[in-house]
Amino acid sequence: MVLPATPPPPGSDSKANPDRRTVRDVVIRLAGNSQDGIQTIGGFLARLAGRSDQDVMTYMTIPSTISGGPSIFQVHMGSGDILSSGDQADVLVAFYQHSYDNHIESLRPGGVLIYDSDHVKPNPEDRRFTSVGIPITGATVEAVGGSSKEKGKNLFVLGLIARIFSLDAAKVAALITERFGGRSEDIVRNAMLAFDAGYATPSDNLRDCLFRIESAPTRTSGRPQVTVDGNTALTYGLIAAGVRHGAGYPITPWSTVMETLRSELSKYGGLFVQAEDELGAIGYALGFAYSGHLAVTGSSGPGLSLKMEALGWAVMAEMPLIVINVQRGGPSTGMPTNVEQSDLLQAIYGSHGDAPRVVLAPKDVEDCFYICLEAGRIAREYSTPVIILTDQALATRIEAFDEPDLAALMVDPKPDLSPRGADFEPYPLGRLTRHAPPGASIATGKYPSVSGLEHDELGHPSANPGMHMKMTAKRREKLKALAESLPAPEVYGDSEGEALVVGWGSTWGPVREAVNRLRQGGSRVGQMHLRHLHPLPPGLDKVFARYKSVLVVEMNDEGLYGFGQLATMLRARYALPSIRSITKTDGLTFRIGELVDRVTGKIGPDGPNGGHS
Amino acid sequence: MPSPATALSPSAQPQRPPLTKKVLTADHPTWCPGCGDFAVLAAFYRVLEKLQYPHESIVTLAGIGCSSRFPYFVNTHGVHYIHGRSLPFAAGVSLGRDDLHVFVFGGDGDGFSIGGNHLVHTGRKNVRLTYVIMDNFVYGLTKKQTSPTSPIGFKSKTDPTGVLDQPINPMRTLVNSGATFVARSHASQVNHMAEMMERAARHDGFSVVEILSECVEFYEGAFDAANPRKGGQFRVIEERKNDGTPEDALRHDPSDELAAFRLAAQPWPGVFGVFFESDRPTKNRLEADLIARTREKTKSASDLELLQSSFRRLR
Repeated sequence: MVLPATPPPPGSDSKANPDRRTVRDVVIRLAGNSQDGIQTIGGFLARLAGRSDQDVMTYMTIPSTISGGPSIFQVHMGSGDILSSGDQADVLVAFYQHSYDNHIESLRPGGVLIYDSDHVKPNPEDRRFTSVGIPITGATVEAVGGSSKEKGKNLFVLGLIARIFSLDAAKVAALITERFGGRSEDIVRNAMLAFDAGYATPSDNLRDCLFRIESAPTRTSGRPQVTVDGNTALTYGLIAAGVRHGAGYPITPWSTVMETLRSELSKYGGLFVQAEDELGAIGYALGFAYSGHLAVTGSSGPGLSLKMEALGWAVMAEMPLIVINVQRGGPSTGMPTNVEQSDLLQAIYGSHGDAPRVVLAPKDVEDCFYICLEAGRIAREYSTPVIILTDQALATRIEAFDEPDLAALMVDPKPDLSPRGADFEPYPLGRLTRHAPPGASIATGKYPSVSGLEHDELGHPSANPGMHMKMTAKRREKLKALAESLPAPEVYGDSEGEALVVGWGSTWGPVREAVNRLRQGGSRVGQMHLRHLHPLPPGLDKVFARYKSVLVVEMNDEGLYGFGQLATMLRARYALPSIRSITKTDGLTFRIGELVDRVTGKIGPDGPNGGHS
Repeated sequence: MPSPATALSPSAQPQRPPLTKKVLTADHPTWCPGCGDFAVLAAFYRVLEKLQYPHESIVTLAGIGCSSRFPYFVNTHGVHYIHGRSLPFAAGVSLGRDDLHVFVFGGDGDGFSIGGNHLVHTGRKNVRLTYVIMDNFVYGLTKKQTSPTSPIGFKSKTDPTGVLDQPINPMRTLVNSGATFVARSHASQVNHMAEMMERAARHDGFSVVEILSECVEFYEGAFDAANPRKGGQFRVIEERKNDGTPEDALRHDPSDELAAFRLAAQPWPGVFGVFFESDRPTKNRLEADLIARTREKTKSASDLELLQSSFRRLR
């Protein structure tokens, strides 16, 4: 919780409510069991922030068990730029004793503990927090009555939070009605009864913990905000990019993308197939691509491995395709509901033979939308598979961002069936491949074979050594041409100095906050974030040269040689000893404090010549 | 970006030269002299000559194996995909473009071994396409290893003392998969092959023809028992005519799944013809119906309107 830089003028707030303190942002952690509907109210809070022109980011853990189990949802909302879900909570709501036991240390000293006094007995010796016990279970049962038992506890808590932070109760009520309105009137009524009961919690019980979130207008775009998780942003990004066909196989955390595509694409006259397995899924997708559509397949780590043989074919046959990999903890089944960035090398080098392909990674939820447009453009222009590496943290967290200008962005999805002239060759050596889908007539009357065998310019099988060298070069050089066209990534913060912190994927926000904090502490540090991982954009070495250390932050293992996967790539590419690694494998996103400490360790007295811990 | 002028109806030109064997012939086949696959290719040319589909709307697809070289020998839009996975690819082509005629060629290893899962699921989904399995009971391209249809006792390089594992029964497997047209033929019988392939092509659904096609190099004489020129007997299934005669009751009813299983259980070399045929709706049609119902609900809103309304719900 950050107090505003300039305190409010004396008395300005006290008229409204003498006991309310104004804060710029707040981190609320809800800890309970997954069946308590914690995600639902967390989502309400996030959407409410979005509709109030505030910035927001959420974080949740989901047990990988089938039903039930401890679960948390954390909301960081406020009036400034919210770049992370928050290291420490300002408010902890503990539904059960285990929620209290496991999460009390995540509450910052001076923070507010709200606990269900029907279930939780806090340690009376612990005086670090403002503790408020409310009989959440009993009060909910009393308010809703009937046979609903404890259902509605989450909405009671939502009411309580609305009261504590003086949230707009009418807006919250609208959200509840929208969410439950499609079902029976009873459900909406019970939900509102529980919410109202929580909202009506007497002030006496809430002394010292009434706040108001500063309402400084920070947004200027004039476009409404949408509040959405990464997988949803990605799904609609695919549709905007012109994807109308795809196939997949269920795997966590990719599944929600295919679920949404399955129900959405039929509206657009398209089709998503649930295939028999991952190999079948990429087969369907390549069949769609061959037939002229921009198609998608996707999965999470192990599923991408299963698609690799077919991906090699797509490189050889030069077929446009978008492949999503929502990374999770690996290897094997690993930690399927945790985050990791350990599929980078699989994405770049997986499959057999020399099979160059494009790999992109979005930096936040909003970018999950825009990166699909870029992936579609590249796939078509360079006739190549494009892998989008997102991750579990991005997939499930919720952020608010400006609604995209769809009228300007949407891509026409129609296949190009125009007749091909007499000069048509499926695999010309001097030009980019332009796939001719079936249905397109060929002026010469000679129809092309699209082939996984090495082939000549007409697609005929060729084991000629010279031809294999030329075609290998063609597949390589087109990606080098793409690299030349990429914009150099911007450097944030100091443009030269002690360290450049390089990240990729979902670490963008935490790295940005860590760089801010380091610079406030007097360090000369910059941030570079790579969205294009293969090929890399040009000119990185010139930027790297301006810093004593280039610290590559990623959520994967340091490996046998002491470097994470992107760091390994960058060292191979630039051979600079200043490139070093900051990695971790606890399955959790980077906290700001953690990053500040790790970077400081590298540039402090022990660095840059210290070990690469 | 594709020009908006391109329509999904490639057969627009009124005057087209006929599609002849000469036009359809591409590279010279790389098969061994005497290979049964030559006859399958000849029968396929004949079927295409008869059907006269628009040239650019024919797709010839294959996985990996001797027989899977097929697409290079037919001058149509063609795909040489990876081992065992040609069916999901072909299903994608068929579902992606209703105007195309999709033919898949492959062998017993491609279809029944590495691609077995795809065979079963393409059958279950009943995707509209024609699949010709050139079954030679042996791996030829990799030079004489056991195939999923090699009979017990056959000596291969991977079973030098004779095959131990029970072979797949192709007809039983195919009927069980849910394929809606299942037929069997023999590469020595070009007329019968062409008839089966033509009926398969005209069938609205997943149609499969297994053709016994001899590998003269690694399993010579495998199918002599059904080849009259080698002293065998080519017994053709008599299909029910529904003419009310007493002998008609003895004829095979291809819509009768149990009767198809009984035919499939006949001792080697068994019978040839259509084992099973059903008009169960295709995935192509079910998906088209789903699209139509959905579009009715959304009042055929434009793509832009649809996506804008999705984003409005996210505000």
